[in-house]
Amino acid sequence: MSNMAANKDDALLSVTDLRKHFAVKGGVLSRVVDKVHAVDGVSFDIAAGETLGLVGESGCGKSTTGRCILRLIEPSSGGIWFKGADVTKMDATALRSLRRDMQIIFQDPYASLNPRLTVGAIVGEALTIHNLVKSRRAHEERVVQLLETVGLQADHMRRFPHEFSGGQRQRIGIARALAVEPKLIVCDEPVSALDVSIQAQVINLLEDLQEQFGLTYLFIAHDLSVVEHISTRIAVMYLGRVVEIAPARDLYDTPLHPYSEALLSAVPIPDPTVKRQRIMLQGDVPNPINPPSGCHFHTRCPIAKPDCATRVPELRESRPGHWVSCHYRG
Amino acid sequence: MAEPLLDIRGLKTWFKTDDGMVRAVDGVSLSIDRGETLGVVGESGCGKTVTARSVLKLIDMPPGRFEAGQILWQGRDLIPLDETEMNKIRAREIAIIFQEPMTSLNPVYTVGDQIAEVIELHQKLSRKQAMVGAADMLKLVNIPNPERRVHDYPHQFSGGMRQRVMIAMALSCQPKLLIADEPTTALDVTIQAQILELMQEMKERFGMAIMLITHAMGVVAETTQRVVVMYAGKVVEEAPVGALFGDPRHPYTQGLIRSIPRVDRSAGRQARLESIPGTVPSLLNPPPGCRFAARCRYVMPACTQAIPPLKEVAPGHKVACIL
Repeated sequence: MSNMAANKDDALLSVTDLRKHFAVKGGVLSRVVDKVHAVDGVSFDIAAGETLGLVGESGCGKSTTGRCILRLIEPSSGGIWFKGADVTKMDATALRSLRRDMQIIFQDPYASLNPRLTVGAIVGEALTIHNLVKSRRAHEERVVQLLETVGLQADHMRRFPHEFSGGQRQRIGIARALAVEPKLIVCDEPVSALDVSIQAQVINLLEDLQEQFGLTYLFIAHDLSVVEHISTRIAVMYLGRVVEIAPARDLYDTPLHPYSEALLSAVPIPDPTVKRQRIMLQGDVPNPINPPSGCHFHTRCPIAKPDCATRVPELRESRPGHWVSCHYRG
Repeated sequence: MAEPLLDIRGLKTWFKTDDGMVRAVDGVSLSIDRGETLGVVGESGCGKTVTARSVLKLIDMPPGRFEAGQILWQGRDLIPLDETEMNKIRAREIAIIFQEPMTSLNPVYTVGDQIAEVIELHQKLSRKQAMVGAADMLKLVNIPNPERRVHDYPHQFSGGMRQRVMIAMALSCQPKLLIADEPTTALDVTIQAQILELMQEMKERFGMAIMLITHAMGVVAETTQRVVVMYAGKVVEEAPVGALFGDPRHPYTQGLIRSIPRVDRSAGRQARLESIPGTVPSLLNPPPGCRFAARCRYVMPACTQAIPPLKEVAPGHKVACIL
């Protein structure tokens, strides 16, 4: 089921049946009493140079998926193939060199930068770790170059993170990711904490950098408008599973899965002249410790039928490049 | 025209800090009519929340203080009122709901206790009657099994359900004005849609006015009738919602609207987002003249000399820009 990229041969990253279960401990002895199925069998490919958007609501497993790919969290099972090598089997040395190719940008620009280090030290740390520069002078030149690439100035390198605004801090995080000249960057809600006018600056920067350095992005976000804007293809997640994958425009024009449809219709449109039919979902997202049987979405689905509670739908290709996991759609 | 329900005139709420005076709200005027939904939009630190809290005098003083202005509630200035008199206004006439329902509910009391407390205090009912009232309110905001749920604690509710509890509490005394401070910001988009729909329903039922404070332009477009745009402690534009989105006049409003990616336009990646360069100025020593001047694409020398006043450019449409 790993033929979900636009073209299989182009796949830079291939994720197959990825699962991550977190143990829930309880009682006096802190025994494992239950498991949270945060990621429950996720598969997708990302082609070199494309942006795959990963959307879904809180707790759907999108961030856990992103972190498993970099092995910041150890996956419970499944395959993660990067340039033909299985990331899940890599030892510490192999992982270190993997991280020259794969980087991550985090949501909270306040929490992800060490407050005691200067910006120069934060951005330059990876250069030292990976032995990418020969001299101190070359080190400094490279740091300045990186800062300028992301729209900061050379003299910013001697300052500390607290002296910067949220948008500027996110630029520092991007410069740090770029230092090792990665091929793939996992962007985990990179603009969610920013104001709209600043958000647009950072999105434009990410697009420019992609063009300039031929980067591939896995763009994780809950804001569907942002994801639509930046992505080539989009995967929609619900309770640990991918329910639909499609080229960005296809998904927005003709969403097939009832959840994607409801999610899209819930996004408020900043234009009072646009009136749309809203599909109102009832209730909340169920608890991932004890997800509904069969199709996870059947408890809230407007078109659910009895067998949705018993049969798990497979992700299948309904039209070229457009995959959906629903018994009755597509 | 009839007297507005709430009329804020030239309000200045400043905060004294070690670094100097922060002019969080610096001369804001706005009004809300009965039954109207007014949107107040702006980015972090523009003073929208401080304006809202000033109305109910929920500002810690010190460090905060009212430097100037009036807050006229049905013609009566709230600023000189003491706590006892303010408590007669709070909840009974003006209620407020906040962004984070978890921190605005007391975790050690059941939600029924908390709603009943409000009802008891303001409607002089017995505890028993108030608890029945609390269950009725939960039912009204569509919480399943309300008679059982009144005995649950806040942590037993999900984020969306907690916001419903907050709304139930706010509406329990049938206020004339509901101030909603980023009520859906912490919620997922499908839950946000449920809460916005609930607020609309409640508004129709009780005929109250709503002051909706948010940074989300989409929410404003879909739920309000009139909008006030704030920037760095000041109102830069005020207009009926159609005019604001159809014909935004202030360069900041224009930039704000253009910088949002839109789901309904499948422009895809070709279209570049317009962004506003730079960042919001410090309110410690705000620049003289127009506070947006440093980021404005149309800036002229005169912009940095004097603060542009709000001028009416069309019926109900006011802009603070010399252009």
